[in-house]
Amino acid sequence: MNTESNTQPVIEARQLDLVFQTNDGPVQALKDVNLTVNKGDFVSFIGPSGCGKTTFLRCVAALETPTGGELSVNGMTPDEARRKRAYGYVFQAAGLYPWRTIAKNIKLPLEIMGYSRDEQESRVRNVLELVDLEGFGEKFPWQLSGGMQQRASIARALAFDADILLMDEPFGALDEIVRDHLNEQLLALWTRTEKTIGFVTHSIPEAVYLSTRIVVMSPRPGRITDIIDSPLPKERPLDIRDTPEFIEVAHRVREGLRAGHSDD
Amino acid sequence: MKSVLAVLTVVAAIVVLWYGACVPMNIKGVLTEVERAGAEVVPPGAKERRDLSEFALAARNSFAIPATWAQERPRLPAPHQVAAELWDTTVAKKITSKRSLIYHGWVTLSATVLGFAIGTGLGILLAVGIVHSRVMDMSVMPWAIVSQTIPIIALAPMIIVVLYSVGVQGIIPKAVISAYLSFFPVVVGMVKGLRSPDMMQLDLLRTYNATNAQGFWKLRLPASMPYLFASLKIGIAASLVGAIVGELPTGAVAGLGARLLAGSYYGQTVQIWSALFAAAILAACLVGLLGLIERAVLRRMGIAA
Repeated sequence: MNTESNTQPVIEARQLDLVFQTNDGPVQALKDVNLTVNKGDFVSFIGPSGCGKTTFLRCVAALETPTGGELSVNGMTPDEARRKRAYGYVFQAAGLYPWRTIAKNIKLPLEIMGYSRDEQESRVRNVLELVDLEGFGEKFPWQLSGGMQQRASIARALAFDADILLMDEPFGALDEIVRDHLNEQLLALWTRTEKTIGFVTHSIPEAVYLSTRIVVMSPRPGRITDIIDSPLPKERPLDIRDTPEFIEVAHRVREGLRAGHSDD
Repeated sequence: MKSVLAVLTVVAAIVVLWYGACVPMNIKGVLTEVERAGAEVVPPGAKERRDLSEFALAARNSFAIPATWAQERPRLPAPHQVAAELWDTTVAKKITSKRSLIYHGWVTLSATVLGFAIGTGLGILLAVGIVHSRVMDMSVMPWAIVSQTIPIIALAPMIIVVLYSVGVQGIIPKAVISAYLSFFPVVVGMVKGLRSPDMMQLDLLRTYNATNAQGFWKLRLPASMPYLFASLKIGIAASLVGAIVGELPTGAVAGLGARLLAGSYYGQTVQIWSALFAAAILAACLVGLLGLIERAVLRRMGIAA
C-alpha cells in the first residue's frame, strides 16, 4: 500500500461488512475488510473456503451488497461501476452458451452493449488472438477442451473495454499442467493489456506466481489476515517458482493461512 | 437391424393376439349366421348357446372359426379387415368422396393444426408471463392446472354451445377445444425451460448490465428450446384428441370424430376401427414431423451433437 499517493485507487474497501441472513441465523461473511487496489495491480485473494474471498469479489462486482462499511470501484459505488461496465467477470465454470459458437459467445457482451457489427468482428479477432484461440471461433463449446473453454470465457470478459478483470477461481476445475500453462498466458495477457486484476484462488503457488499483491483471508468471520506485496519482478518465467524469493513469499502466505486457522 | 427385428416381433405378437381375440369375440354372432344359413351347429339354437362360454363354443364348432375373421359387422374386426377398409377409404376412394378418410382426416387435421397453433402461442405467452411476473406465477399456474382436471368430454359440448350462441361455428370451436388441451404441456415445459439457466448465467448477464429483454432473447429463450420441443410433441397429440372430441357432441358430418360417431350409430365396427387407426397414424405423423423439426433446429443451434 505504498503507491496510494499518486494514483487513484481502482478498488477501495473501508471497514466492509457483509452479514448473510440464513435459516440458521446470521452469517458474518465479511468483517472489517480494508483494502486498496491500485491501477495495474494483480491482486490475489487466497484462503480456505468460507473465508469470503469470492464474496468480496462479488461485492466489487455488485452481485452482493455489503451491509456495512464503504466500497468504491473506480471512484463510484459498485453498482454504478457495474452499470458503466467497469469490469469483466470470469466465473469458476466457463459458462459458454452451448448454442453459440466461440466467436458468438465472445460477441454476447458486445451485442448487449451495442457495439457495431464491424467492431464486434474485429474485437473477437483481437481477443481470440490474445487468449491463443485463433481459428477456433467457429467451433462450438463442446468441441473444445475445458482449458480452451475457460480461455474463451476470459476472452469474453476481455472483449469490451473494462479495465478491471475479476476472476473467481477460473482455473479451479483444471488439471495442474493446463493450469500452469494458463497462468503463464494470463501473466502475459496482463502485461499486454495493463488491466487491474482481482483473482480468487486457493492455490498458494498460483497466487504467488501471478500476483503483485496477495491478500490472505480466513473464515468465521471472513476477514483479511495478511496483505503481502510481492517482491518478485514483473517478468516471471515458470521456473521463478524455484527461486528463494518465491519460496519465501509462499512460506509467508502459508503462515498467514495457518494463523487464520489457529483461532477457530 | 436387431431393433427392426425386435419391433417386428412385437408387431407380430400383437397381430396374433388380435386374431386370437376375434374368435371368442365373434363366435356367437357367426354361429347364429351359419345356423341360419343351414349349417349344423352344436348345440343348436341361439338360446341354448347364450350361457355357454365362447371358448367352448369355438372348440365344438371349429369349422366356423375362419368365419370369425370375415364377418360383415363383427364385434371385433380382424386386422386384415381394418387394413382393407383403410386402404379402401384412403387410396381407393377419391379424396372428394364423403367416405374418404383422407377427406375426414383433413377436416380434423386442419382443426388440430389451428388449435395447436393457438394453444402453443397462448402457452408460450403464459409461460413468459409466469416467469417474469410473480403475480402471474401465483395466479395463472393454479388455474392452468385446474383447467386440465376437468374432463374435456364434459366441457366440449359447452364450449361448442356457448360459441354457437355468439355466432361462432365451423372449425373454430374444434380448434378452441384443441387449444384448451394443448396449451398446458407448453406452459409447463416452457416455464421449466425459461427457468433452466442457472444463477451463474444470470449473474453473467448482470455483470454486462443486460436488460430483462436481452436476458430473455439471448439466454432464456434459446435455453428453453429443448424443453419446448418436448412439450410440443405432447401438445400436438393432445390437439388431435381435442379436435376429435370436438366433433363428437355436435353430430358433425365430417372429420375423424364424425366417422367414429357414424360408425357406432350404424354398428360399423370396421369403420370405427379404421377411423381410430387413421387418427393414430395421423398423430404419429405429426409427432414424427415435430421430431424432425426439433432435430433440425437443435442441430442448427449446435446443441444436438
